[in-house]
Amino acid sequence: MADREERRFAEVSRDSVKLVAESAGVELADDVAALLAEDVCYRLREATQSSSQFMRHAKRRKLTVEDFNRALRWSNVETICGYGAQDALPFRSVKEGELFFIEDRDINLVELALATNIPKGCAETMVRVNVSYLDGKGNLEPQGTVPTAVQSLSDDLLKYYQQITRAILGEDPHLMKVALLDLRSNSKIAALLPYFVYVISGVKSVSHDLEQLNRLLHMVKSLVQNPYLYLGSYVRSLVSSVMYCILEPLAASINPLNDHWTLRDYAALLLSHIFWTHGDLVSGLYHQILLSLQKVLSDPVRPLCSHYGAVVGLHALGWKAVERVLFPHLPAYWANLQAVLDDYSVSNAQVKADGHKVYGAILVAVERLLKMKALCLSQPAEGGPSSQPGSVVGAMGYRVSSPGLSPPPEPLSEAALGIASHLQAGGAGCPWEEWTPVPLPAMYCELYSFFGDSLAVRFSTGPGFGSYPACTPAQPGDARKEPPGLTSNPDTTRKMPQLTANLNISPRQDGSPRTDPPPPSLAATGSGRSLARSSSSSSSSSSSSSVQRSRSSSSRSGQRSAGLSRDVFPKARFTSPQTGPPAFSFLIGGRQMGRRCQGRRPFQTTFAPTPSIPTIPPRAYAHKLPVIGRVGKPVRRWACSHYSLHLPL
Amino acid sequence: MAAVQGSLVEEKDIKTEPSNDGGGNNNANDGRVLSTSPGSSASSGSNKSTTGAPEDQQTLLAVLQFLRKNNLTESVEILRREAGLPEDSLDPKGGDSSGAGSGSAAGGVDLEGVDASSLLSRVTVSSSAAAQAPNKVAEDQPDVNVVLSAYSQQGDPALYEVYYSGLKKFIESVLDCHRAELSQVFYPLFVHMYLELVYNNHENEAKAFFEKFSGDQECYYEDDLRVLSSLTKKEHMRGNETLLDFRTSKFVLRISRDSYQLLKRHLQERQNNQIWNIIQEHLYIDIFDGMPRSKSQIDAMSGSLAGEAKREANKAKVYYGLLKEPEIELPLDDEDEEAENEEGKPKKKKPKKDSMGSKSKKQDPNAPSQTRIPLPELKDSDKLDKIMYMKEATKRIRLGPDNLPSICFYTFLNAYQGLTAVDFTDDSSLIAGGFADSTVRVWSVTPKKLRRVKSAADLNLIDKESDDVLERIMDEKTASESKILYGHSGPVYGISFSPDRNYLLSSSEDGTIRLWSLQTFTCLVGYKGHNYPVWDTQFSPHGYYFISGGHDRVARLWATDHYQPLRMFSGHLADVTCTRFHPNSNYVVTGSSDRTIRLWDVLSGNCVRIFTGHKGPIHALAFSPNGKFLASGATDGRVLLWDIGHGLMFGELKGHTDTIYSLRFSRDGEILASGSMDNTVRLWDATKAFDDLETDDFTAATGHIHLQDNSQELLLGTYMSKSTPVIHLHFTRRNLLLAAGAYNP
Repeated sequence: MADREERRFAEVSRDSVKLVAESAGVELADDVAALLAEDVCYRLREATQSSSQFMRHAKRRKLTVEDFNRALRWSNVETICGYGAQDALPFRSVKEGELFFIEDRDINLVELALATNIPKGCAETMVRVNVSYLDGKGNLEPQGTVPTAVQSLSDDLLKYYQQITRAILGEDPHLMKVALLDLRSNSKIAALLPYFVYVISGVKSVSHDLEQLNRLLHMVKSLVQNPYLYLGSYVRSLVSSVMYCILEPLAASINPLNDHWTLRDYAALLLSHIFWTHGDLVSGLYHQILLSLQKVLSDPVRPLCSHYGAVVGLHALGWKAVERVLFPHLPAYWANLQAVLDDYSVSNAQVKADGHKVYGAILVAVERLLKMKALCLSQPAEGGPSSQPGSVVGAMGYRVSSPGLSPPPEPLSEAALGIASHLQAGGAGCPWEEWTPVPLPAMYCELYSFFGDSLAVRFSTGPGFGSYPACTPAQPGDARKEPPGLTSNPDTTRKMPQLTANLNISPRQDGSPRTDPPPPSLAATGSGRSLARSSSSSSSSSSSSSVQRSRSSSSRSGQRSAGLSRDVFPKARFTSPQTGPPAFSFLIGGRQMGRRCQGRRPFQTTFAPTPSIPTIPPRAYAHKLPVIGRVGKPVRRWACSHYSLHLPL
Repeated sequence: MAAVQGSLVEEKDIKTEPSNDGGGNNNANDGRVLSTSPGSSASSGSNKSTTGAPEDQQTLLAVLQFLRKNNLTESVEILRREAGLPEDSLDPKGGDSSGAGSGSAAGGVDLEGVDASSLLSRVTVSSSAAAQAPNKVAEDQPDVNVVLSAYSQQGDPALYEVYYSGLKKFIESVLDCHRAELSQVFYPLFVHMYLELVYNNHENEAKAFFEKFSGDQECYYEDDLRVLSSLTKKEHMRGNETLLDFRTSKFVLRISRDSYQLLKRHLQERQNNQIWNIIQEHLYIDIFDGMPRSKSQIDAMSGSLAGEAKREANKAKVYYGLLKEPEIELPLDDEDEEAENEEGKPKKKKPKKDSMGSKSKKQDPNAPSQTRIPLPELKDSDKLDKIMYMKEATKRIRLGPDNLPSICFYTFLNAYQGLTAVDFTDDSSLIAGGFADSTVRVWSVTPKKLRRVKSAADLNLIDKESDDVLERIMDEKTASESKILYGHSGPVYGISFSPDRNYLLSSSEDGTIRLWSLQTFTCLVGYKGHNYPVWDTQFSPHGYYFISGGHDRVARLWATDHYQPLRMFSGHLADVTCTRFHPNSNYVVTGSSDRTIRLWDVLSGNCVRIFTGHKGPIHALAFSPNGKFLASGATDGRVLLWDIGHGLMFGELKGHTDTIYSLRFSRDGEILASGSMDNTVRLWDATKAFDDLETDDFTAATGHIHLQDNSQELLLGTYMSKSTPVIHLHFTRRNLLLAAGAYNP
């Protein structure tokens, strides 16, 4: 019985009491110590007893220090601080004195405060529901596939982690694809997130190996797309890895045979994707990234490939970023670039080729900027007296696209379509200036002074520039199948490329990521907006789709000659052989796009009449589509519903 | 809600059980004073239970005086009127005390007898102590002295063992039929003898005594014995709650007359005064005529901190029937259309609907009158909700042993802060969780997001005449799937939605209950009264009222528009761990860690049922939907079923291996679901259990129950979760079972 009792209770010996007293400077007699020890034991038991009820009511099995402290607090005893840690405290002995103590290491507060390792356990508390037992029978799916951040790794997870990383970084491309696919859809890997993030942060150590960098970026993409993962603060780490690939003069880029441009393009795309799908998490990073991009851009010492990265990065962040950072820096930067491009010496050939890359990237970015800006400005011009031809077209467009699917267009929509009509070559009367206030022409003029005809060439796809001298001549007619006479039927051919572009960039038609407030002009409601969107997308389309093209084409052909960079944007690819009837399908498609973005109508219903859409873009882009973000939105939406509490009934 | 005002809202709250200890605040002190007064004069009397009347009078006077001293004149009036005391009965000292104010205690002393004066001084001491700081030890000290003085009688410490083993030998030698009954005496005797030894500073003897005989005690007293064994000094006895419980309440034993005579004769023959005194003073022996009970019968009912319930305690009439449902025009037509459109079988529904209708029209003979307690009138929105409910009810699945419910598990993920309480709204549209980090989080379970009402400025801009004004007042910008409510400063242990889904109650370790608006997601009221952790709270099924219970051993009944409680139910000897409303709102049931369940009448504040039989603190309670039965679950992992009308236990469901934290009957009462810490949900055949109920007169009269061990037959299924303790269960209106818990990696 006696030893049973001893097993049951922790005893504090009188020696311990004496030692404690000594450490406090009190000398205790033996009998006093014995009495005290006994009392201490009793009080300890009492406190433990009452602390257990806090445990019971917290519905736990484990008694915590917190419970004990509550018991102490309620009995008016000072609580014990400093034992809140989850980990067990090591209990050590000192040989000489038969002393036992709890190891209490000094903590370097500075180190702790500045520690860069990511804290664990930042995942959000949430509720998730699953049908555990149907009609009291059978287990439909195991309950608690849990995305925790602090789960201890089970053997299975560890194995999974090893296999996945091995597959992704290994040689077999097929295996890699499978691994990436799983990473994108696996719901049980939350616990591995920190590990994957760590692996990805290894980009810095493999900057010589484009292949590996590429694979790591793919890994980022898969993680970002996984609907079950809550990235939380890990997103910062991911963004910084991506930024590294965009901006750094990678060791791999020393060899001109390495196509690091594609990597940068891809990384920029990924950045934009992250901003679009995880805008809530990265909103704080937006300005930080802008600053770092700006810093790179304004640093002439940096190699051109870094500048290129900065430009595509800005482009990826949306036209507002371009306007805010790239445009003001352009005059200063231009001088440097011009110097590079004008140097025809043989030794400069490589640098010049790089220069052309940068040139091309800037061109793409500013074109997009111009178009988005034009679009923004055009919205308020709605219903203006000069919208006459536009309204005609708009009405026509409505007639064409109105098989009961859309509400009747409002005046706004007509105006918007009017713009669309202005984008056509040789479009009638309305000059550009009528639609735009001063800054845009000024911007255009300035840009034109840099780019000259190449800007005009790109912009000539829009109609309104007829009055500009630049826009007229430079159409490489070879690429365009349409005869000049086709201008009489403006709707048809000109819009084909717009449609492809729509598909490419649909989720980001606003032109800048979610962190920015949407342009006020887009806050309009109803079908009017959808139509406005259709035109907006059409205007933004050719530029971004050309980016698309340039990326994909450059990725295809490995290293490109510098000379090509000037005609990386042939429009030819965008026009498909279709001529007549597809025009209708396009218009409908355009409306769909707009509406889909609002989420008002199911996409499918309107999608039906346009079966030809997927065939319009060239194969290369078509297979690129999912990457660009078209998938981003729907996947996320689906993810939301999956995360939610709603009963799966 | 404010419409309800009336007879409830007055000073009836000092009604207490005659045997209670009370707890840590002013009002509870009153209760304790009442109860300990018999104890204080215990040294002179023999059997106190018969000498109630004059002492009651004295204590009443003391209470009155106390009230008057604190200028609670209105309360004095009411209490006096209710007690039927003449107005002048208080006057002499009343003039003194109310006039003098501070010197009132002295004023009281010379008027009452010795008893009353000591009583009074205690009143003043304890009340001032409570006012200064809710320090339990300080309050209890005067009490302890009084209580413990009963132990001062000296016997030869060496003889205790002899006495005890003598009695043990005797009981072992009696006829089998008496042995089980008489064995009940062991435990209380053992405890009291041990305490006497400790009190008289015979530490070594006490230890030896404990070691020798503690092994003989029933295993279900293990927890108490553990507390006892750590107690070896007189000093320790101060402030020890378990001990106080033991001292202040008499341990109740139910023994047949034959067995009692046997025991009495033995003790008198042996001149064993020591034991006889203990039995006289600290035990209450409830003698019944008839056959002695068997061991299993006794074991079923024992286990509580203070023995079994007295038989009289469960004799009061309980109106357990349901209130008549208000008659609401049910738009049958479009529902039929709907049904036809959806499923094409409208025939099947008709009979059900009729039966429902007739059910609501018939007045249950066991039901309380509709206006027994004032209930809030139905608002239009409530009526709409009722209609919704009825519509849903027609689509309800009839459950049974062959038709078990589907279970959906709501898992709280990443709840590292500790999930402590969960509740669903009745329509299963919202789920709320209380957390150990003091937060309350509310999630929407439907696609409808949670929205806040707009700010006052924005509300002014709204067209108040518009039809969709209720929609317009909501701020679309605040829509989100979950909302966090901040306000408590301790873990949230209890949580409850109001039936109309406009409010949420939460009770916390910080001693407060908070009422939150689910329109604005802000705190509306903090109800202070429990000065200690509040373990549980629940809204009445009709709204407006709510019940709370906590560490102060008192359950309180509140109305949302009163910041003070309407009733205080005191009588439990330990923490009130869980509280539930009867479906007819006229009764509340409380479970306690003294291992008893008490049913209280909301109208009178009386305890009308005491159920003993659990061997551990009770953590889950559930009424059957028809109001007739009660299920309770405890840390011992057993579910017990009780017949409220007869005050009897009629079923024991064994199977869980850990604390049961949630119990719920299906909407029609056919299935009982229990959720436990052992990560399982178990379903029990409630219909079968109810059918097996023996309601013959003999059982009802004597309260002797024969429990069949048929748990395995009643168990319909055991459903495992993945290391997720089940802390809440809920049947949707269509009888889908929802379970909730936090994943516990």
